[in-house]
Amino acid sequence: MTIDIKAATRSFLAQTEEHLVSYLEACVHCGQCADACLFYRTSGDPRHTPAYKLFPLARAYRQQKWPLNWFACKITEGDLLEWEDLIFDTCTMCGRCTEVCPMGIDIASIVGQARKAWADAGLGPRDLMAAAENSRDHGSPLGLTQEKLVDRVEWLADDDEVDMPLDKPGAEVMLTVSSIEAMKYPKSLSAMAKILNHAGVNWTFSTHGYESTNFGFLAGRSDIAATMLGRIVDAAEQAGVKTVVIPECGHAYGVMRWSGANILGRPLPFEVLHITEYIARLKREGKLKLKPYADPFTYHDPCQVSRRGGAAADARYILDGFATGFKEMTPTAELNWCCGGGGGVQAMERAADLRHKAFKIKIDQVEATGTGRLVSACANCRLTMDESKTYWNWGGALESLVEIVADHLEDV
Amino acid sequence: MSLLDFARGPAITVALAVFCLGVLWRLISLLGLPRAKDRSMRRAGASSDFANAIGGFVRHLWVPKGIGLTSRFAMINGYVFHLGLAVIVFGFAQHILFLRGLFGVGWPGLPTSIITLAGVVTLASLIAALVRRATNPVLKLISTFNDYFSWLVTTLPVLTGLLAVAHLGGPYETLLALHILSVAALLIWFPFGKLMHAVLVFVTRAETGISYGRRGVKI
Ligand code: SF4
Ligand code: SF4
Repeated sequence: MTIDIKAATRSFLAQTEEHLVSYLEACVHCGQCADACLFYRTSGDPRHTPAYKLFPLARAYRQQKWPLNWFACKITEGDLLEWEDLIFDTCTMCGRCTEVCPMGIDIASIVGQARKAWADAGLGPRDLMAAAENSRDHGSPLGLTQEKLVDRVEWLADDDEVDMPLDKPGAEVMLTVSSIEAMKYPKSLSAMAKILNHAGVNWTFSTHGYESTNFGFLAGRSDIAATMLGRIVDAAEQAGVKTVVIPECGHAYGVMRWSGANILGRPLPFEVLHITEYIARLKREGKLKLKPYADPFTYHDPCQVSRRGGAAADARYILDGFATGFKEMTPTAELNWCCGGGGGVQAMERAADLRHKAFKIKIDQVEATGTGRLVSACANCRLTMDESKTYWNWGGALESLVEIVADHLEDV
Repeated sequence: MSLLDFARGPAITVALAVFCLGVLWRLISLLGLPRAKDRSMRRAGASSDFANAIGGFVRHLWVPKGIGLTSRFAMINGYVFHLGLAVIVFGFAQHILFLRGLFGVGWPGLPTSIITLAGVVTLASLIAALVRRATNPVLKLISTFNDYFSWLVTTLPVLTGLLAVAHLGGPYETLLALHILSVAALLIWFPFGKLMHAVLVFVTRAETGISYGRRGVKI
């Protein structure tokens, strides 16, 4: 394998945009971020300190800036290799470290930028890169091709006796899917459909743009990130919808809602809502009639929806007055602990051992609530938690918020 | 020219010039970089960027409960030496005289006993910070020359200042000259090393406050 150090450096330097540089220059090496990171907390390995993950970028930047370059060492192939696992395997871009940082440095976004340099150098975990390329070539990282989508939707519509429109003309809302749901938790799709139908929403799936997970973004492949975004944006524009709803997937929401317009270089001509935001809106508008639900459970905030998305309150609003057995874990909402599988870490085989170990934090949190049931609004979290649950042989139950809502709709 | 004359004259003048031009250059070259425009749609009801910038600054003055702070001691210790330095720089009568010479405004000073106490506490706090940096595995790994050198140029003025006030270790004039020279070293290093964080903290906290604020994140 050849490592293109020049491409990596070019890519670093192409990103010397003001806020990134401020962040790189501002770190005071105080080390306070270490324990906020689930990976450091789990491994106790100083290399997993969030600030350390930024070292190569800071170095690359300094070596070209006078007179900081008097004191800078050159970035080498060895650096890229040595830091690869820090930039990919042990950062879920969860953003916890920013909360403790006295300088308020947004490490997650810098790691996202750094991944581009690694990808340009021809580095990065093979399976993550393959997931990105599969998305580009086959429409989805998990083999959810157009035909498969049609197949799944027809099967679910039939099985669950629910209307699931595909490419319906004149729809106002376009619902997207995460292939993780479609392939591993298909009932999530029919659950969303049930809720939208119950509320009388004029909605559709599109066969032209359906996959909302964006492994191009997570892999540092800007070209694939733009392709994946473009498919949904084009489909939504052609269908003339006002709203695009992102399913239970945290990163899909973060990328489309907060980065999409920036990656494409123009404002999106529709609003983007996470499914929990959309359900909350339906409830606010009085379109959601729910039967009470009393089972005890606690809620896991997907980092990109709550801490980095600003939508933590909506999940609570949905549960309020409906789910009487709901109990918050500590810490929660914007301060939650990541599941361990965000940022594409879920797709990296070699990262599995550490992320499983890190899941112990979550298990302890759930145990402390005494509910024994963990509900989330992210299929990627759910898959991560499912795998880690097996690893720990943990007896807790895992569920989806949307499915619980769908199961408690009043008949209309 | 005596050592004191040199320190008071050319040394501090050059140091002040390097400090001012250096900080200005760092800021201009930073803020002059291209700035990516955020094209995402703000969350409805999000505060203005200005309010979010202030909010970001205030928010990062402390650590939310339950997030997993690495060391409460280090956080408090950080406050101790930062405040200690501020008290010494802006509270000591002689420093106020010097600052009045520069800016033309003065204010009443604190009693020397309080300044001396602040000096001793600050010195102890800085030493504790150094010991922690040199022994904690995380800090050992992430510390560079910049960190140690910045520590040195911050600590020397405190140490030499205390010695001068106490007339300890040599003739007063020499101690004072060394004190002024150590301040000159600090000023010269300031724009090039991590002491710049004293300026950058306003930039980074504000920017994080703005980007989180427009998303409607409530922390
Ligand atoms: S973003 Fe999360 S995973 Fe990445 S370094 Fe920070 S705390 Fe660790
Ligand atoms: S907490 Fe912030 S300033 Fe301190 S080491 Fe971590 S990133 Fe750097």
